[in-house]
Amino acid sequence: MSDARPKIRLRNLHKSFGDKVVLNGVDLDVGVGESVVVIGGSGTGKSVMIKCILALLPVSGGSIQVDGEEVVGIGSKDRERINRKFGMLFQGSALFDSLPVWENVAFGLLAEKRVSRSEARDVAVGKLAQVGLTPEVGDLSPAELSGGMQKRVALARAIAADPEIIFFDEPTTGLDPIMADVINDLIVKITREMGATALSITHDLASARKIAHRIAMLYEGKIIWVGPTADIDDSGNPYVDQFIHGRAVGPIKMAIRA
Amino acid sequence: MLSLNAMNVLQPIGRIFLAFLATVGRLSMFTGSALSHCVRPPFYPRIIGRQMVEIGFFSLPVVGLTAIFAGMVLALQSYTGFARFSAEGAIANVVVLSITRELGPVLAGLMVAGRVGAAMAAEIGTMRVTEQIDALTTLSTNPMKYLVAPRLIAGLTMMPILVFIADIIGVFGGYVVGVYKLGFNAANYLQRTYDFLEAEDVISGLVKASVFGFIITLMGCYHGYHSKGGAQGVGTATTYAVVSASILILSSDYILTELFFAK
Repeated sequence: MSDARPKIRLRNLHKSFGDKVVLNGVDLDVGVGESVVVIGGSGTGKSVMIKCILALLPVSGGSIQVDGEEVVGIGSKDRERINRKFGMLFQGSALFDSLPVWENVAFGLLAEKRVSRSEARDVAVGKLAQVGLTPEVGDLSPAELSGGMQKRVALARAIAADPEIIFFDEPTTGLDPIMADVINDLIVKITREMGATALSITHDLASARKIAHRIAMLYEGKIIWVGPTADIDDSGNPYVDQFIHGRAVGPIKMAIRA
Repeated sequence: MLSLNAMNVLQPIGRIFLAFLATVGRLSMFTGSALSHCVRPPFYPRIIGRQMVEIGFFSLPVVGLTAIFAGMVLALQSYTGFARFSAEGAIANVVVLSITRELGPVLAGLMVAGRVGAAMAAEIGTMRVTEQIDALTTLSTNPMKYLVAPRLIAGLTMMPILVFIADIIGVFGGYVVGVYKLGFNAANYLQRTYDFLEAEDVISGLVKASVFGFIITLMGCYHGYHSKGGAQGVGTATTYAVVSASILILSSDYILTELFFAK
């Protein structure tokens, strides 16, 4: 995996908000077709890392390469081209509640004007079927759906434009364990079918074990451990051990006050 | 000890001043970016149309009611004043000039700020805190183009139309009171209304309306776009949108009046 050019390469990535340093030199490679899950406690900057890659937040320093191309500080035209490779599943699904489900799914296609509305609708129905939803769901409004179904629609939207790289922001948060597992299965199935590269963040270890080829742990703005999923239980890293066993006592001290 | 006290007083002043400058800077950049997106493709005619209906059509009842009562009160109040020096005849002129030049645009602006500006701030603010704006960006859509530009265009174009209708309704309100309550001759009243009205009176009011429409939608979008922190943040954004739009309407009204006055 390391000899080939990685799909995403982060080097010494820094991000701070005012005086508050969130990312303090993140190094991470995600190989082509690989699924990497970044674990870490709440507020350790997992979401910020993904938003930096998507350029939703400006980085404070360091390098981000996509397919070997430096993307920090590129112009808006290039940025649009790069972002077309990306799909993103947001934590709260982030569906547009003013639009029916099918328009949500086809939104990216319609925005790029690659297809007509009726073609877009067909694509949307196909993508909904891929995540196990019937065509009738397409006419509902997102507010009429349960949390699990919203997550599926959001997943369908993330894959609608056939992205090369999909980001999953806490894909199982707020779902019951069974629905969480359904979503995990979908993520594994879809990324495998599409041959897509996946970068996920979560603090749900069951989910991480299921969808990851490799797991990385983010702590205090740095990746402190990265290894194959099978090695997570004997990482030999006290921070990782404390996290995966959910112990309150250990080297990680929960910040009571920010 | 004295210098320490002085510092305690000066520090918050400096902090507030710096925060003010930062806000002005951010707002200017937001305005510039929004305006540039108004004139560059892609355009979203469906969304522009929907916003035009929202601002223009659905604001008609509330603006119409405001205008008719403003016209009626104006006729009644000016009668009280003008009767004291036997100038009752000027009421028709007073009503039509006040409505077209001043009350039409300002009252409509304030009502639309409360109705539309608040709704925009709440809608865009909710989209911000639920990551829908981020989602737009990841789906090859510029949120400034998709959310902000259509609203600004709709505000700029619909407010003059709305105010023109409000002008007519307001003058009609004055006419109703003048003729049926104060006993003026109907033809006479209309003649006086018409005779003293110049095109500039109406046009200056419509220009004001367009500026107010811009202010209302800009404030609604700006505060919504920059809201943070969940439901409370959206609430704050809504308040700021209405308050700042109202104050900007009243202050820019003076500046615009002065500009027209100077001509």
